[in-house]
Amino acid sequence: MAKVTFQTDLCKGCGLCVNACPKGILAIDTDKINKKGYSPAVMTDQDKCIGCAFCATMCPDCIITVEK
Amino acid sequence: MAVVFQKPKSLADVPLHYCPGCPHGIIHRLVAEALDELGIEGKAIGVAPVGCAVMAYDYFTCDMIEAPHGRAPAVATGIKRCRPENIVFTYQGDGDLASIGMAETVHSAARNENITVIFVNNAIYGMTGGQMAPTSLPGQVTQTSPYGRDVNHCGWPIRVCEMLATLEGPEYVTRVAVNNVKNVKNAKKAIKKAFQNQIEGKGFSLVEVVSACPTNWGMTPQKALEWVESDMLPYYPIGVYKDRSAAKEEK
Repeated sequence: MAKVTFQTDLCKGCGLCVNACPKGILAIDTDKINKKGYSPAVMTDQDKCIGCAFCATMCPDCIITVEK
Repeated sequence: MAVVFQKPKSLADVPLHYCPGCPHGIIHRLVAEALDELGIEGKAIGVAPVGCAVMAYDYFTCDMIEAPHGRAPAVATGIKRCRPENIVFTYQGDGDLASIGMAETVHSAARNENITVIFVNNAIYGMTGGQMAPTSLPGQVTQTSPYGRDVNHCGWPIRVCEMLATLEGPEYVTRVAVNNVKNVKNAKKAIKKAFQNQIEGKGFSLVEVVSACPTNWGMTPQKALEWVESDMLPYYPIGVYKDRSAAKEEK
């Protein structure tokens, strides 16, 4: 099982990770607002994650850590 | 559980000031990963440009110096000649390298200075608010070309890689992009090779990274990356334009 963690307070909500995810399990949570004032990216279904790190590869702010 | 992906050590643990979705962050990380993997963070000296990446000195943990607009290759030449044991790289945008710094770029390539140049091409002046750059595409709408770039009036965009590849001097000239995962991985390989060339003393290596500017293009980050694929890459094709060592081996 893989685990993806976000430094949510540094997320700028650009959504590039959401588009890169082959499983479609990332989303921008428009109900939340982080310290920077953006709606951050969140993991919606951790169990389906395959740990490919595509999200982290495309993240411009390098806030994603992937463990497998 | 083993860590598959984390922030490279050569990238400082501070928030980047770039706009949401700006690929500068991806390219910073690729450079930092190359420094980490080659184990040269301790002896690397980076030269920051003028432009959006002007504060790159805050983001890399290696030694950094700030150059006047466009003069990064000249500053890097001086550092490398005084301290040949150090690894010297510049990180420049298209307004910096392809406009005011064109002379420094061409001549350091012609002299085959043993430096690494990372050239970020996003077809616009980002920091100053989205003016037309030497690399803006024909018909591209910018702040200073509101009806689209008119090539009869403003000339044609400059393809830096193709131009430098005609020189005898440079060792390695290549163009990569960061618009999708595959291209990011290939960009990493090219950047690492550009540093490896310097370690081996082969000479001038330039990696042009076709990037995006969602804010000044007036697009969402994802739409901007799609525009890179549909409009920029046909004009700026990805590829290796010069690789002297590989050409020699083939002979």
